[in-house]
Amino acid sequence: MATNTQTITEVDAELRDLAASVVSRAMKAGATAAEAVVREGSEFSTVVRMGEVETLKESGSRAIGLRTFVGHRTASTYSSDFSKDGIQRLINGAIELSRVTSEDSYADLPEPDQLGSVQGDLKLYYEDVYSLPPEQRIDYARRAERAALEADPRMKNSDGGSFDAAIGHKVLANSHGFLGEFRRSYCSVSAAPIAQDENGNMQRDYWYALARTMATLESPESVGHEAARRTLRRLGSRKIASTQVPIVLDPTVAESILDNIFEAVDGGAIYRQSSFLANKLGEQVAAGNITVVDDGTMPGGFGTEPFDGEGVPTRRTVVIENGVLKSYLLNTYTAKKLGMKTTGNASRGLAGPPSIGAGNFYLQKGDRTPQQIIGNIKQGLYVFQFLGFGVNMVTGDFSRGVSGLWIENGELTYPVEEVTVAGNLKDMLNNISEIGNDLKFRGSTAAPTLRIDGMTIAGE
Amino acid sequence: MTQNQNLFFQKFGITPNDLQRYLGEALSAGGDYADLYFEYLTSTSISVDESIVKSASQGISAGCGVRVLAGERTGYAYTDDLAPEKILRAARTAALIARGPAKSPIEGFKENLNHQLYPVASPSADADIAAKLELVMRADRSARAYDPRVVQVRAGYFDEMRQILVIGSDGTFASDVQPMARFTVSTIAKSGENSAKGVAGGGGRVGIDFFMTEKTPEHFAHDAARQAIIQLGAVEAPAGEMEVVLGPGWPGILLHEAIGHGLEADFNRKGTSAFSGMVGKRVASDKCTVVDNGTLPSRRGSINVDDEGSPTQNTVLIEKGILKGYLSDKLSAKLMGMPDTGNGRRESYAHIPMPRMTNTYMLAGDDSPEDIIRSVKRGVYAVNFGGGQVDITNGKFVFSASEAYMIEDGHVTAPLKNCTLIGNGPDALTKVSMVGNDLELDEGVGTCGKDGQSVPVGVGIPTLKLDSMTVGGTAR
Repeated sequence: MATNTQTITEVDAELRDLAASVVSRAMKAGATAAEAVVREGSEFSTVVRMGEVETLKESGSRAIGLRTFVGHRTASTYSSDFSKDGIQRLINGAIELSRVTSEDSYADLPEPDQLGSVQGDLKLYYEDVYSLPPEQRIDYARRAERAALEADPRMKNSDGGSFDAAIGHKVLANSHGFLGEFRRSYCSVSAAPIAQDENGNMQRDYWYALARTMATLESPESVGHEAARRTLRRLGSRKIASTQVPIVLDPTVAESILDNIFEAVDGGAIYRQSSFLANKLGEQVAAGNITVVDDGTMPGGFGTEPFDGEGVPTRRTVVIENGVLKSYLLNTYTAKKLGMKTTGNASRGLAGPPSIGAGNFYLQKGDRTPQQIIGNIKQGLYVFQFLGFGVNMVTGDFSRGVSGLWIENGELTYPVEEVTVAGNLKDMLNNISEIGNDLKFRGSTAAPTLRIDGMTIAGE
Repeated sequence: MTQNQNLFFQKFGITPNDLQRYLGEALSAGGDYADLYFEYLTSTSISVDESIVKSASQGISAGCGVRVLAGERTGYAYTDDLAPEKILRAARTAALIARGPAKSPIEGFKENLNHQLYPVASPSADADIAAKLELVMRADRSARAYDPRVVQVRAGYFDEMRQILVIGSDGTFASDVQPMARFTVSTIAKSGENSAKGVAGGGGRVGIDFFMTEKTPEHFAHDAARQAIIQLGAVEAPAGEMEVVLGPGWPGILLHEAIGHGLEADFNRKGTSAFSGMVGKRVASDKCTVVDNGTLPSRRGSINVDDEGSPTQNTVLIEKGILKGYLSDKLSAKLMGMPDTGNGRRESYAHIPMPRMTNTYMLAGDDSPEDIIRSVKRGVYAVNFGGGQVDITNGKFVFSASEAYMIEDGHVTAPLKNCTLIGNGPDALTKVSMVGNDLELDEGVGTCGKDGQSVPVGVGIPTLKLDSMTVGGTAR
């Protein structure tokens, strides 16, 4: 498709020069500190539905964001316009805005000695995600869908199979002299088949694989088979009566509990007192078997970056150790507010002040197989889908729609839907009674199978 | 020539001849249709946190998306550089979807007469930053003054101006200038060990004067503070099936999740929706008439033309309980042989348009809200919601109440902790037994996500009684 005649090195130099020059021009225009981020990326995606190509998309884009400080006042601007006028407007706009915001003594860049980059090859970028010719990319999507549809005669329809590839390049520069950059690549394949039972009732599910390089991307066939298995087990789903039984979360839904923990230790939520884990440092907040880690340095990780959104090296932070809350996740601003040091978790979009972002955020695996965990339960619910957003991070109140399989005498039996599970995250973290040995990263957040006791299921 | 065309023709030097050339390139390998979507978006946001203005930002994004349709196939490419060679390259990339002899776009364009649903004269985005700053500071002061237990307040003002130009190979030529403004306030209240939050907000396709006259910062601040204070005293919500009364306005998210998504034409064309093949069938009680209306003046979900250049309209989805039709874009309308309802929307130039809702609401009925509450022996009265979600294929949907109360013997009693309500789209509305005479639309905060694309929408209902719905609480 589109060919790029510039070499990567030339583009690198161009973006680096742009970031550095925007910072120095902002300083000349009156900023007392400045930080610029330049992002450039390209994406390819294709969807094949019922064997036919449905969409083909390919494009590239770039944008620049600038944050300026005038004393302790700060503001930001962003633009996709790289023309001379566009850049001038970006700089002038940021400085003008910085004069109207409030004096905030905590607002600052990191100290010069905090800046830096994790050394060594973090294995984030592989050109091979774009190496397949277009026909073979389409074929990846087609193979994933076909494997799902051919798995069983009840597979009747499909939302398609897809193949996606993307590469991104990010440059960050600031007025303390930091200039860093990295590239990342992704490729993924997915299938979303639809099965139908004898009554005409349909169920849909999906599965995907994600990798930094084609060399480690799971085969489309294995993705399609897993999508089919997850879809077929939902056929014949029924509602059950309200009850209180142990629940077992499969790793894909356990992951969203980890997302809740991440939100709860976000330094912004902590200083604003809007997290149920605020003021709990050093206290037992989870069962003694729970250890949660954030690690932005894992080679090849989907949450790995050599430096964070403010140019601070990423690191490994133990967040919860044996149930005790050890650390919040912080950027420069939230750390200052709390009288602490940044943990290298600044996340920088194009606009606005840095927020908090996770690296690779996971719950350490236990020693039980998922089968052993299920086998221990007389009556319970194995949950494989959460629906909705019913989590209140201030109180910890948790109430979400679920789909799953009923557990009877240690065995998975019929599928269940249109019920909710509810409780409070404070109790839920303390009631994680068993932890699976099946930790696997499918994104930047990961959790093994978890058993949680004491939650209420609402149904008929 | 309108002001808007001037932007793309003058600022970016695009000429009608260029447009013909780009479309010609897009159809160089055949295909049934091609279009170009030019977008220029400016945005501003300013927020107050801990009583000081900690951040302000402004941004500009511009680009052009080129789409080629060939049967059920879509080719898409975009560029954020509006230089002719970049747009031509995007057109050539999108053209790869088709395999056949080149086609020619229709010579010349015909501009549709548009609605004029919102102001274009003094867009909010041009208003003085100092005026916006004063608005957020007023919200902070007002929320803190509401009750000493309010310990944290965040207020934000956000606005944008989107200018679009849509050119199609069928002669489509449409342009629009779309303002949008939103105000949000969130609060944390504390009492002893107890904490709670409140969130309120609103806006629409309005100028900054809307927040000085119609819905003031104090209005949103009071509502956010009031909710947090009420939640301090919330008790456990019940678990199980019971009568549910939904208050007017934003609880209309019920319609959005239970039926709206399931009626989007793309899912029905593919047969993947729980509503597939149900036109003409009963999907609600005969008290229910539901429309999707993109033509309400100044509403958040309103647009003069959709993102394919088609005029928006008022579409009846359910009439007295019977399913009447779907929401379509150009592709689904053509493939299904149905009219284009003007619901083809996209998040930006980097996204492929698809059928989306605009403002979805139920028409008012005859019952008084007081009678509805009085008719309930034991149930839940839900008046504010967070988000919702639906599984299109099996029809199961949820929406989470952020402000709800018990109803006992016809009286509203204790406030409830946050709980999710869950139901089944194709039959949830068959349980509507009373419809209030108090239709309200939401205040203008809704954002709908589908396939990774966000678009602004509106919802609304009168007070409604559902005879049975599952409430996801913890109390027996």
